[in-house]
Amino acid sequence: MVCAGIFLVVAGVLTYTIIRFRARRDDVREPAQVYGSNQIEVAWTVIPILIVFVLAMATARVVSAIQNKTAPANALQITVVGHQWWWEIRYPALGIVTANEIYVPVSTPTNPAPTFLKLQSADVAHSFWVPQLSGKTDLIPNRTNTMWIDPRGEGTFLGNCAEYCGTQHANMLLRVIVQSPQDFARWAASQRENATAGAGTAAGRNLFLSLSCVNCHTVKGTGAAGTFGPDLTHLMSRETLASGVVPNTLENLRAWVKDPQVIKPGNLMPDMQLNQRELDEVVSYLSSLK
Amino acid sequence: MATINYIPERVSEQEARISLPSKLHEWLVTVDHKRLGLMYIATSLAFFCVAGSFAALMRAQLAFPNEKLVPPDVFNRLFTVHGTTMVFLVGMPFFAGLANYLVPLMIGARDMAFPRLNAFGYWMFLFGGILLYFSYIGGAGLAGHGTAPDVGWFAYSPLTERAFSRGTSTDYWILSIFVSGIGTTASAINVIATVLCMRCKGMTLPRMPLFVWLMMIVSAMVLMALPPLTAAQVMLLMDRYLGSHFFDTQAGGSAILWQHFFWIFGHPEVYILVLPGFACASEIIPVFSRKPIFGRAAMVGATVAIGFLSFGVWAHHMFSVGMGPVSNIFFAASTMFVGVPTGIKIFNWVATMYGGKIRFDTPMLFCIAFIVHFLLAGLTGIMLAVAPFDWQLTDSYFVVAHFHYTLLGGLMFTLFGAVYYWFPKATGRMLSETLGKWHFWLLLIGFHMTFDTLHFAGLLGMPRRIYTYAPGRGWATLNLVASIGVIVQAAAVACLIWNIVRSLRKGKPAGNDPWDAWTLEWATTSPPPEYNFAVLPEVRSSRPLWDLKHPEDPDWKYE
Repeated sequence: MVCAGIFLVVAGVLTYTIIRFRARRDDVREPAQVYGSNQIEVAWTVIPILIVFVLAMATARVVSAIQNKTAPANALQITVVGHQWWWEIRYPALGIVTANEIYVPVSTPTNPAPTFLKLQSADVAHSFWVPQLSGKTDLIPNRTNTMWIDPRGEGTFLGNCAEYCGTQHANMLLRVIVQSPQDFARWAASQRENATAGAGTAAGRNLFLSLSCVNCHTVKGTGAAGTFGPDLTHLMSRETLASGVVPNTLENLRAWVKDPQVIKPGNLMPDMQLNQRELDEVVSYLSSLK
Repeated sequence: MATINYIPERVSEQEARISLPSKLHEWLVTVDHKRLGLMYIATSLAFFCVAGSFAALMRAQLAFPNEKLVPPDVFNRLFTVHGTTMVFLVGMPFFAGLANYLVPLMIGARDMAFPRLNAFGYWMFLFGGILLYFSYIGGAGLAGHGTAPDVGWFAYSPLTERAFSRGTSTDYWILSIFVSGIGTTASAINVIATVLCMRCKGMTLPRMPLFVWLMMIVSAMVLMALPPLTAAQVMLLMDRYLGSHFFDTQAGGSAILWQHFFWIFGHPEVYILVLPGFACASEIIPVFSRKPIFGRAAMVGATVAIGFLSFGVWAHHMFSVGMGPVSNIFFAASTMFVGVPTGIKIFNWVATMYGGKIRFDTPMLFCIAFIVHFLLAGLTGIMLAVAPFDWQLTDSYFVVAHFHYTLLGGLMFTLFGAVYYWFPKATGRMLSETLGKWHFWLLLIGFHMTFDTLHFAGLLGMPRRIYTYAPGRGWATLNLVASIGVIVQAAAVACLIWNIVRSLRKGKPAGNDPWDAWTLEWATTSPPPEYNFAVLPEVRSSRPLWDLKHPEDPDWKYE
């Protein structure tokens, strides 16, 4: 607002000057030579200083209001860990570990339920940004940052990594799903469970556990306990694969396991070189992790 | 007084008939400030075309969602090399060139203080630049591929550590800036020494043209701003090869330390880039308004103030790293205060035009557009200084649009204005006004198509440095318009190149003083001879040529 006002005034004077003081073709005399005026200089130094002072005070108020807010007792605590190029989401109090999709309860004026986030990084600097919920805060290795969100409406809100973090920075996507408190409780309860392998997936399960998949991925209730890649315990409960690049469909899952470098070139999951049968078995096992 | 005795004799016939190889040899071994100046300018314009075409490639990739034209690793190299080139190999050397060419002429000297250091500086800059591009061939990346750096021009740690940046591409980035930085430092020392020691009789500091004043301030800033970057780069090299852990977070180093080092260089750097633009505008606007600059002393004071304040605002690039509220508020306030001296400069330029008789030749058109762009960029800058606003918009396309407004809308427009204004002096021929107007209007339209729209993409949540984006987030149309704008801008630059090529051969002869200007460079021939002036001039005011042209009403009466 202030900026728009300043622009209109200065641009107005400039336009007037350009039109009013055009050189006429026949006029060869030089205009009056004016060298300046101390009064005017003082005026257009002091007035901007006053404007800046007011702006700075207003900024200070908002900054301290945001940064000095402390978490109320009922606030949901989440830890977000940035990885090249996905998000690890932990709910320490609830014992949940998931990836790339953050579920939080809606906050209403009568029943405020803000979510406080602890932000960390496992490798390089990232930045947490869900534009419709709040500004950015960086995830920096060797450091814990904090921020909070207070979503007032249910729905899905898209976000991105906002600090350049390497090859697939563009596809380090993120979504926040804001639900009613009941739905959120139901989701949390199901996520706490161990993995339940579906019928007829034993071959796939054994194959999965015998491959180096387990070095990077965790499936709760099995021997797979890697932490380098996303937790797969409830893989099929997520909306997307590869940190938001493609929808989580059977077809995409299969393509992803077959060669992750096609869907997200440069990402850190290698092509496991599975043959057709192995691929079928692993995918059928993964797709049973509801 | 009507006879201006600074003009030397015509070049002799013999001198004009030198063979091509010996001419080239002359350019290679020259220590003449004018030749070196032109070499700087030509080289930086060449780099400008290369880095500009990189930008065009990136815009082509981003024109549509999910496009597959440029793969991610290539895209990341493009924006890294684009940014590094534009800052270190275009912005800084272009104005090093202008300063080289103009400062001795404007202060009535025969050359720079250290001609050989001057040549050394140019060659360091050139080879530093070549080193950056050589990485495309020589930088051994993974699996033996040649690879250019892909860590961004800001090279945030720990992405630059060996754990995340294997191969040698990051080393090329470090060394090329390092080497060209030696050249920049040499040229800064030279400008300061020249201004302080080589002024002609009567050219007191208060009488110096604003261009010279600003170049001296910029040079001082270079000397203060470059060392932190150089130091950080040395530390990074030590991390990568000698086992130190300054920025190595896996061994307890600090990622934020790099950011502090980088931005305490990086923010003054923004002003180092843009103040020379101010310098050109401060020469061009008075001449085409037919009035002296309004508030000379205030202009110099405001520049010094900008110089000082610019060293106290660096962490406004870091509002999102999680500093405490006190630091955030301090840097928000200090950043807003830079707006005050910048505002003073804008007001003074407008006041210079007010009451004048404005001639709308191409250089002036570029300068008027510059004022408008810089005004807008300054205001979006104030918006970004409001820290909570910045949390939303930093690292988004809003910031991309903001700083391209300052660096293209501000710097590039004055840069082109300067080309049109001083080309006649350097070559003895005028650039075509018709082509100049085409150049200006196409550039203006293309610039606004590209960068106005990108503000809105940023407001809609589009982050920076992404090689692609999914449809359905409201960014597609804006990006398409922005990309089309690039085509228009490229056409504008083509007009300039054609204009230069054409005018060099058959441009209208310029004469010594085609713009009826007031500073000393117009008192000698176009192009000036090697020794600049037949007799060293003697001045009595800040507009020596006005005094000569208007003996009935000279400036020195009012000093």
